[in-house]
Amino acid sequence: MLKVEHLTKRFGGNVAVNDVSTTVERGKINAIIGPNGAGKTTFFNLISGVHKPTSGTLTFEGRDITTLRTDEVARLRISRTFQATTLFDMATVLDNLIVGHRLRTRSGLWDVLVGSNRLKEEERICREKARDALDFVGLSHVENRVAGDITQEQRKRVAFALALATEPTLLLLDEPAGGVNPEETWGLADLIRKMVKSGLTVCLIEHKMDMIMSLADKILVLSYGEKIAEGTPAEIRSNPAVIDAYLGAEHADV
Amino acid sequence: MEVLLQQILNGLTLGGTYSLVALGLTLVYGILHVPNFAHGAFYMVGAFVSYQLMSALGLNYWVAMAGSALVVAVLAALAERLVFHPLRHHEGLHPMIAAIGLMLFLEAGAQALWGADFRRMSTPYEGIVNIFGATAPVQRLLIVAGAFSLMLALHLFLTRTTTGSSIMAMAQNREGASLMGIDATRVAMLTFGISGVLAAVAATLYSPIGLVFPAMGNLVITKAFVIIILGGMGSVPGAILGGLIIGFAEAFGAFYISTDYQDIVAFVLLVVILSLRPEGLFKQGAR
Amino acid sequence: MQMLEGRLGWALLFAAGLLFPFVTGNDYHLTVMTTAYIYIIATMGLNLITGYTGQFNLAHAGFMAVGAYTVGILTVDHQVPFWIAFVAAGVVTVALGVPLGWVSLRLKGHYFSIFTLCVGYIMYLVIEKWESLTHGTVGIIGIPAPSPIGPLEFESPMSLYYLVFVFLCIGMWVMRRVVNSLLGRTFMAIRNGDELAEALGINLARNKLVAFLISVLYAGWAGALYAGFVRFLGPDLAGAHHTFDMTMFMLIGGLGTLLGPLLGGILMPWLTQYMQFLQEYRFVVFGPLLILLVIFVPHGIVGSYLVRKARRASESESQAAAAPESGKAQETPRA
Repeated sequence: MLKVEHLTKRFGGNVAVNDVSTTVERGKINAIIGPNGAGKTTFFNLISGVHKPTSGTLTFEGRDITTLRTDEVARLRISRTFQATTLFDMATVLDNLIVGHRLRTRSGLWDVLVGSNRLKEEERICREKARDALDFVGLSHVENRVAGDITQEQRKRVAFALALATEPTLLLLDEPAGGVNPEETWGLADLIRKMVKSGLTVCLIEHKMDMIMSLADKILVLSYGEKIAEGTPAEIRSNPAVIDAYLGAEHADV
Repeated sequence: MEVLLQQILNGLTLGGTYSLVALGLTLVYGILHVPNFAHGAFYMVGAFVSYQLMSALGLNYWVAMAGSALVVAVLAALAERLVFHPLRHHEGLHPMIAAIGLMLFLEAGAQALWGADFRRMSTPYEGIVNIFGATAPVQRLLIVAGAFSLMLALHLFLTRTTTGSSIMAMAQNREGASLMGIDATRVAMLTFGISGVLAAVAATLYSPIGLVFPAMGNLVITKAFVIIILGGMGSVPGAILGGLIIGFAEAFGAFYISTDYQDIVAFVLLVVILSLRPEGLFKQGAR
Repeated sequence: MQMLEGRLGWALLFAAGLLFPFVTGNDYHLTVMTTAYIYIIATMGLNLITGYTGQFNLAHAGFMAVGAYTVGILTVDHQVPFWIAFVAAGVVTVALGVPLGWVSLRLKGHYFSIFTLCVGYIMYLVIEKWESLTHGTVGIIGIPAPSPIGPLEFESPMSLYYLVFVFLCIGMWVMRRVVNSLLGRTFMAIRNGDELAEALGINLARNKLVAFLISVLYAGWAGALYAGFVRFLGPDLAGAHHTFDMTMFMLIGGLGTLLGPLLGGILMPWLTQYMQFLQEYRFVVFGPLLILLVIFVPHGIVGSYLVRKARRASESESQAAAAPESGKAQETPRA
């Protein structure tokens, strides 16, 4: 689905991502792990168009997306969440989500000025999609709560809902379980499985090993910007290079 | 040749003054990530206090300068405590608006206290000196000497003393610095105080060849912003270099093109540079 | 309170505006109010780009001056009829806004504000120095009143009041549409976070520019009305202090709310009127007021009310969600 070939990103003298090649498999849960500073978020940023790669190519569904802007990538149905969930705290949860479907609408200033039917219809659709997304993540009951009042775990779900409202085919989740307790983590993991079951492809960055090992179909391991391993959870678990990267050379024999 | 020397001196004079002002601004921006729009008002208050100390109390030029530096340092530290400290967690717009409110208050206050008239500040150094055929008013030489000595002193303070290093540490990473036991609030107030000193000294140095009036800080502050954007927000060498660039550009621009549009030089430069490089001339990381 | 919102509230405001001249019967008050309305129109524009889209445009007064001077120059120096000059004011302002907006909106946060501060200053200087076009510091005098439309003449304070009032209503109506629409939501998404907005597929450059152009159009036409109302202009109109005044209106009323500019734009001038002695030094009071507002009442009057309303609705929601269980527990024993 997404082919990454020799992706490299240099910031001045610092190489954040170094010649990484991999594929994100359709309909699967792909995970990216690695110690801090491994370049995982930069990797996401390269895919979603926040940075332009120094070299390498990105091909999505046969289409070259290497130099596209973030909003163009989103329109091609690659959606992402961020480590820090920013929501508009003063507005209701539903209000936050309505703009999620905006990119699939075409109304502009003219429609607003004349109050066109297209605008009315599109606003109705956006609201509907917002409700659908909220329902999917199981939070319909907080629709009218002010976004600043909900819990951290609920915020994470709302962030998912926002990404879902854009109707993606590939969803990039950056630390979806960040700041969430173990019980809630399982809930989020179930939600991710539900997303994949409904036809989405997910690629996530996470530090919580238990979650990754039981959730992921395929794992990519990065360290210092380089790919050091790739495979199923079982393969990764026993890979000495991976253990080395996380714990240091002395533990490689464990 | 003399003409060229003349313009170089003018460039150094303007540049030195601008650098001092920009230094204060960049230090504050580096720590707080807030553009202190009131910095020009500090400059103006510095000039007025010196003026009052000299004319009303008959103090000596240098004593007045020291007194003014002290007053503005306290004023600036107070501003940090009362205005910027409460806003340190707020998003971008609010601290800017508060800074503007402070600026407006100080300007209106100065006008209420001392009136809107233009004043001339006197100086004991009215003479002229001859350097390689160029006429150099002593005051201008004084400005250049004073400005660069102060910059050197600041550089030594920031790099050689513990307090100075803690300021630099905070500019790099506020949370990290406080984890290391550096009192963020104290350092913030100190930084503001230093910026006040720089502004007051710059104002007192420059005023004898300019005019003193409540709105005098407006132009200076806008140019100071241009300088720190060119030199990099939070960069000390950048502020000095930027100040000199603008100073020379203005001096030569005023002489060879037109005095009417002298003030525009800095802004046109900013518009051109930011149009081509939205991040500024030197990337400063976070902003 | 609930009753006053929605259609009824707006109708009441409209009626209040219509009746104002009869309540006061004083030409001076009419003039104050008309000037207030003109600045409110400009402030609504500033509120769109700053309050709703999150870009603090410090050159806003400059654009207002551009609109005013377009009318002044065309009517006085070239005998162009007022209403044609009025339309031209809008065109010129937007035409200027396109390149300026395009260049400046690439800048983020503080850089944008500093950049626009400088642009505003350049605009002021250009108006002051370009004497052949703008009459320099002397300014433009003898601008004609708006030309009659049919039987309606605009020479008296009352007729001018109603003319400006009509523009205010239209401006408010359009702004309400924009802000409540998907386009308005797009702007707010940009304000809440560039990165997230882009990740949601929003084209930042294009949308910021649209917001910017609408905002300067409001400023330009407010300026044009100013020219026809006050009938003389000076470079001072482009001064940053006008932008600061408008910022104050927005803050007091509520940044990013519809009624904010209206409330602030009416409250402040009238407050200043009653403190006439303060006129010159109004910022001795308003400066600290701005600071206190930003620290303690950052949402302004209207904003705080809206926040409290949303909070209360949110709390009753969560209570209602908890209630059904207790309700059920009571039901069963009866059966």
